[in-house]
Amino acid sequence: MGRASAHPGAALGCLTVADTVDGAALTAWVQEFARLVHEQRDALTELDAAIGDADHGTNLDRGLAAAVSALDTEAPADPAAVLKAVATTLIRTVGGASGPLYGTFFLRASSALGEGDGAALAVAMRAGLEGVAARGKAEPGDKTMLDALGPACDALDEALTANRPLDEALRAAAEGAARGRDATVPMVARKGRASYLGERSAGHQDPGATSATMLMEAAATALAGRG
Amino acid sequence: MKKLINDPANVVAEALRGIAAAHPELRVDHAQRVVFRDDAPVRGKVGLVSGGGSGHEPMHAGFVGPGMLDAACAGEVFTSPVPDQVVAATRGVDGGAGVLHVVKNYTGDVMNFEMAAELMAAESGTEVVAVVTDDDVAVQDSLYTAGRRGVGVTILVEKIAGAAAEQGLPLTGVAEVARRVNGNGRSMGVALTSCTVPAAGRPTFDLPEDQMEIGIGIHGEPGRRRVPLAPAREIAEMLVEPVLADLDFTGGDGVIAFVNGMGGTPLLELYLMYAEVAAILEKAGIGIARNLVGSYMTSLEMAGCSVTLLKADDELLRLWDAPVRTPALRWGA
Repeated sequence: MGRASAHPGAALGCLTVADTVDGAALTAWVQEFARLVHEQRDALTELDAAIGDADHGTNLDRGLAAAVSALDTEAPADPAAVLKAVATTLIRTVGGASGPLYGTFFLRASSALGEGDGAALAVAMRAGLEGVAARGKAEPGDKTMLDALGPACDALDEALTANRPLDEALRAAAEGAARGRDATVPMVARKGRASYLGERSAGHQDPGATSATMLMEAAATALAGRG
Repeated sequence: MKKLINDPANVVAEALRGIAAAHPELRVDHAQRVVFRDDAPVRGKVGLVSGGGSGHEPMHAGFVGPGMLDAACAGEVFTSPVPDQVVAATRGVDGGAGVLHVVKNYTGDVMNFEMAAELMAAESGTEVVAVVTDDDVAVQDSLYTAGRRGVGVTILVEKIAGAAAEQGLPLTGVAEVARRVNGNGRSMGVALTSCTVPAAGRPTFDLPEDQMEIGIGIHGEPGRRRVPLAPAREIAEMLVEPVLADLDFTGGDGVIAFVNGMGGTPLLELYLMYAEVAAILEKAGIGIARNLVGSYMTSLEMAGCSVTLLKADDELLRLWDAPVRTPALRWGA
């Protein structure tokens, strides 16, 4: 399913800021996210076992497989419809906290997605981030997926403002997410199931921030070289 | 992993087939994974819907029937149900008097029930009120955290609010009773072993023979602290003390004392624990008006127990004593 490998060398052609982010590109993003989560399913579940209830990898893998298959069947043409189909499928199939949270991310991103270029994608991702914060009533530093999504969106905005091409900007976003993910290790969880451990949650990497980093890495891989 | 299963992916669906086969008085929607009492919706009665992850049996499907829940949604193991399931359950129990959602305070449960209530509000005239249970004193409550977990008191809420609905109270009245039970109930749990989520294949955490986890929830998540194993008398104190410290249980009409097994602890030990709890309460001058001892809210095969105390009044005791006819609780009917 790795779409990036289907476009070898395409990144060479990506020199403008006005990269196109069309339905096919967003579908490739979701497919790559699904592939990463499937590959890392047991690792995600193991992180969750340490401070949660050992189901994050299994649940997200099940939901993303359903989302990929929904995109295969429906093949929505317009970009916003792709994100909305993913949102609906995740909300319908995942359950737990990650279903509503990732579902809300894609739903808000879908509503906010304007004309398909890098800037529009950044606006959509920021809207998704805000949706997650509202649904989960979480703030930065609570040891949640927000701690990866926040730095990712900041890095994306900053790179695009500096007129860097979309693939570079998305790579910066993925690096921002990874830094944010790593920073969750010493945090004491204030939201989600890990919060019940209090001080004992410190010293463990947050599973939600880990999967959120995969979401941004998937964007960097799948959307690079488009346009 | 040694379990009586066929395929880890099908555990919930196959268990629901068994529930349907064992209980013809229940109706199971296998597509949505919702268990209904057979005569739902009951015209003119407030409908009660609860649900949550599977792995806590008999909660919640075991509490569906006259005098308790009208429907229960079964999520994946330890994973809350999705909004579609809650919507299907809510529609199916709406007898025209509104529907009460009984939701345990866990992030996933709260969000999925909230989304379902939003969907219901957008599409129909059904009035939905949610009561969120949060009785676990192991969790420090604050504005900045997810708050306390909903554990043992949930079953007392379902029984007592279920009786209130059966007796014809309107939605506001049933919700008020449910909130009063939650507000007057406190719990604390201990785990002697971990448990194995079928899809994960191995225990959620390692717990050495001589250690126990104090302050656990119901999902095999580790507790607040790990301490050396102790005699039951001391464990009972570790559980009851923080409960009594959190709420004044003296006065009133006594308490409903609930000693709950986590799934892997024999009834022999639960009764032994009940004796210890009763002795502590007697010393504290707290009368036990009613009790419940058994494995009603489990965490798969985890060994351990929880203690829930509910400060009762006349009305709550009357509703507790009212007839109930469900697979797991049955009296007076």
